[in-house]
Amino acid sequence: MTGPVRILPQAGAEKLAFTFDGKPCAGRVGDTIAAALLANGITTVGRSFKYRRPRGILAAGEDEPSAIVDVRLGGVLVPNVRATMQGLEAGMQVTPVLGRGAAVLTGLLSPFIAAGFYYKTFLWPHWHLFEPAIRRLAGLGRVDPASRMPAGECGNLAVDLCVVGAGRSGLRAAIAGARAEQSVLVIDQQAGPGGSTLWRGGAEEAGALVAEAWALGVTLWPASVVFGAYDHGNLGVLRQGDGLSAGDALWTVMAREVVLATGAIERPMLFEGNDLPGVMLADAVLHYLVRHGVRCGSCPVIATNNDSAYVTAIALAKAGAAVTLVDSRGASGWAGEAAARGVSVVLGAKVAEAVGRDTVRQVVLSDGQRMDCDLVAVSGGWTPTLHLFCQAGGKAVWDEARGILVPAFAVAGFTVTGRVAGDWTGPDAGLPWVWSGTPDIPEVGRAKKIWVDLQNDVTLQDVRLAARENFASIEHLKRYTTLGMATDQGKTANLLGAAALAQATGRKTVDLGLTTYRPPYVPVSMAALAGVARGPLQTPLRRLAAEAAHRASGAVLWDYGGLLRPAFYGPTDSAIAGECVAARQGAVVFDASSLGKVAVMGPKAGELLDFLFAGRMSSLAPGRIRYGLTLNEAGTVTDDGVVVCLGPQEYIVSCSSSHVGAFTAGAEEWRQTRFGAQAVHVQDRTPQWATMSLSGPQSKAILAQLGIVASLDDAAFGHKSIVPGQFGGRAARVARVSFTGERGYEISVPASLAVPLWQALVAGGARPCGIEALGILRAEKGFIYVGQDTDGQTMPQDLGFDGPRSKRKVGFVGDRSLQLPVAGDPDRKQLVGLARADGGVIPAGAHLIEIAPRRSIGFVTSSYHSPSLNRGIALALVEGGRGRIGAEVTWFDLGQTGRAVVTPACAYDPEGRRLHV
Amino acid sequence: MIKARPGPMICPFCGPRDAGEFRFGGDPGVARPEAGASAADWAGYLYFRENPSGTAREYWVHAQGCGGWLIAERDTVTHVTRQTRKATP
Repeated sequence: MTGPVRILPQAGAEKLAFTFDGKPCAGRVGDTIAAALLANGITTVGRSFKYRRPRGILAAGEDEPSAIVDVRLGGVLVPNVRATMQGLEAGMQVTPVLGRGAAVLTGLLSPFIAAGFYYKTFLWPHWHLFEPAIRRLAGLGRVDPASRMPAGECGNLAVDLCVVGAGRSGLRAAIAGARAEQSVLVIDQQAGPGGSTLWRGGAEEAGALVAEAWALGVTLWPASVVFGAYDHGNLGVLRQGDGLSAGDALWTVMAREVVLATGAIERPMLFEGNDLPGVMLADAVLHYLVRHGVRCGSCPVIATNNDSAYVTAIALAKAGAAVTLVDSRGASGWAGEAAARGVSVVLGAKVAEAVGRDTVRQVVLSDGQRMDCDLVAVSGGWTPTLHLFCQAGGKAVWDEARGILVPAFAVAGFTVTGRVAGDWTGPDAGLPWVWSGTPDIPEVGRAKKIWVDLQNDVTLQDVRLAARENFASIEHLKRYTTLGMATDQGKTANLLGAAALAQATGRKTVDLGLTTYRPPYVPVSMAALAGVARGPLQTPLRRLAAEAAHRASGAVLWDYGGLLRPAFYGPTDSAIAGECVAARQGAVVFDASSLGKVAVMGPKAGELLDFLFAGRMSSLAPGRIRYGLTLNEAGTVTDDGVVVCLGPQEYIVSCSSSHVGAFTAGAEEWRQTRFGAQAVHVQDRTPQWATMSLSGPQSKAILAQLGIVASLDDAAFGHKSIVPGQFGGRAARVARVSFTGERGYEISVPASLAVPLWQALVAGGARPCGIEALGILRAEKGFIYVGQDTDGQTMPQDLGFDGPRSKRKVGFVGDRSLQLPVAGDPDRKQLVGLARADGGVIPAGAHLIEIAPRRSIGFVTSSYHSPSLNRGIALALVEGGRGRIGAEVTWFDLGQTGRAVVTPACAYDPEGRRLHV
Repeated sequence: MIKARPGPMICPFCGPRDAGEFRFGGDPGVARPEAGASAADWAGYLYFRENPSGTAREYWVHAQGCGGWLIAERDTVTHVTRQTRKATP
């Protein structure tokens, strides 16, 4: 007995060196990893998940439960690679996902790890105490944090017809579609078209079909798997890249019609020791022999309950093996043919046990007869691959007479053809084909185990135990035993499990139903889902037009809500205090380009703004600016900003940088659904304009040097007004607004002039100022950041804006909510300031508490050391806060407590005189 | 029995487009109460929605496309969109 061996050394075929578990091996171009392992005589490719039993290669495709390996190639580690699906490459270091570690321990425990073991054993005192240790034992492949998992770029394709499966049935459907002038895409998981004809015969016919499809312009995606069928005809597709290090690419295919020609998956058989390495599916044995020239055994026993395995038996005999075929049926139309080809056929007998230590050595037949062997090739019938049909809303039912699953009804746009449709005509040799085979569930008499689900280590005994414990529904059985819940989703196990439960509970398999088929059909890596959108491309940063100028000014740039903005200018954050002082004593310039510039235009522009803002805007005269709050319909403050009136019917809304999208979307919703799309128009012009904010007592003098506007006379150009100007030969706008409390000018120019404007202002004497200093300057003034100094319940009156509630009762978003009883509650959280007697800084996020009973009455929303006041300042939302001004409160933060006095929110220049200095 | 399959969403401005380009926009049948509405009516407008099994009229917005708002007649069981039209006041 030789075990698996390559018997057809292709002359001149390139040899690929790789290692398995550290041992040098050689494969050939065109091999899968599994084929190469078999060609090197390797039968044990890993250990089982629960009992650490040795496991071999069962299948040749995506149904493989055991041959899952970690592969390292060129510095990249890809975990959980299906050895049966991945092409071999030179230099691959292949390791089993589960080695011998812990084998002894769990082996000793194995009699106790029955169905529901974890539920029963770790119940007391609590599962969570045991979970971390168990999780360390569980799991399959390892992730190497130093290795970036490869993945291709995601894509989309729309076609008239998508055919899944490039076998004969699929190719015929593709040709029919192409002849009807449909755009046709054929997707197949193998490296080339032909389906099972590539090893079962009929390749000539398939070749002719392929040639015809090509001529008609059909597109083929080889090495690709449709893993999910979703609504609207969308299919999720994984396309294998060119080599392991290219990774899989995720594609969404939108198809008007889908034809499923996905064929069928062979079922194993249930007998003692059926998980031993060397027990393989008969079709897989034929696959390795014909496709890869690998004979999986020299002395095989074929166990079957249908005619399909006779082909394997005859091919193995022709390849020089001493073949015995054991057919559980009393007769077969193929028995004579097989015998004539040198196969020893035993009819009416079953394999009762496979015997061996690390690989199969012997079988015991049902009549007690023993046979030496190095391979058991099994065929327990076939299960049509109806997964995608079921995902698309279809249902599969068990056909007892034929021993297959069949579609229960039709799904529009989803046609099934070939074996999935129950059409089992094949390339016959003038002999009748009986493919059906009903699962045969043996009695369990002895201690040895019979395996139903190899990947999750679920045995027939587990299924019977679950049935005894009244987990009689197929869905309960699945969850209690984990049958079919492994990464292979029970492709070879589910039907055997259902049949076993049916037998154990005295029902029929057809009455039991099936568990729900859910995507994905094959595991999809997180890397493939992300595609190239990882690292810096996961959420690409938005950037300022003047970024280069900021860097030249020494800016340290941080990510603020996805926007890369200058935090401060200088090597360290000690620059922040200097920037604050400069704003109060000289002049600073701050890049405010990301502030919203949303144009609202048209006859109903004023009316729309009146509705969107809690304050009235239509009364603004051209050239004037007003501050306002926006609310949602629940009355909660969603943003603040200023509205600029450029002329009758034309306004600019300058909302917060991070709320531009939400404000524009909200304005569009009301515009289209309430005001009428013709009467008012909304356009976000934020990226078109660069805005530099000049602030401080020296700002007027600096701006005057630049000559952007004709006159800066305060009588004509007062606070909260806007005038047109010119910069670099282009139209500019200068607005007098202030977010620092000092005299301030916002100069807006076309974005292409951002850098020269910045340079001119800095050259004129303004000190660059970053976001961090601005945050302090505005907090000194009690100016809020909506979302930081407000929460999901803050209404305008809580911030000191009583007008919307008391004066302006109707006609704006959220109006009625401001009149609800809760809006008038005197204990609402209100914005106030806090000050410590020692001038220290209260931690931001600290709670303000009452001691008896101990409870929170509010929290600190912003807190800084103010360089201008030389003490700590803080903003807080406090219950009935304005009524507490002057009173002491206790703050609490991570076990630390202290006292602070409640103050008005504005700590600096409450009279607003600085605006005019 | 033939189970129906949902097709693409039809934007009244752009034509048939992938459903992923659209964002749900709420129930167009919920009218904004007039001034002086009762608290109960206002709460109904803010928070209470029908959850029909079968045909539903829904606002959708072609968020990843033209930005247009539309009203779709859609089956919440089969996800088939029967018809769409422009949202107008």
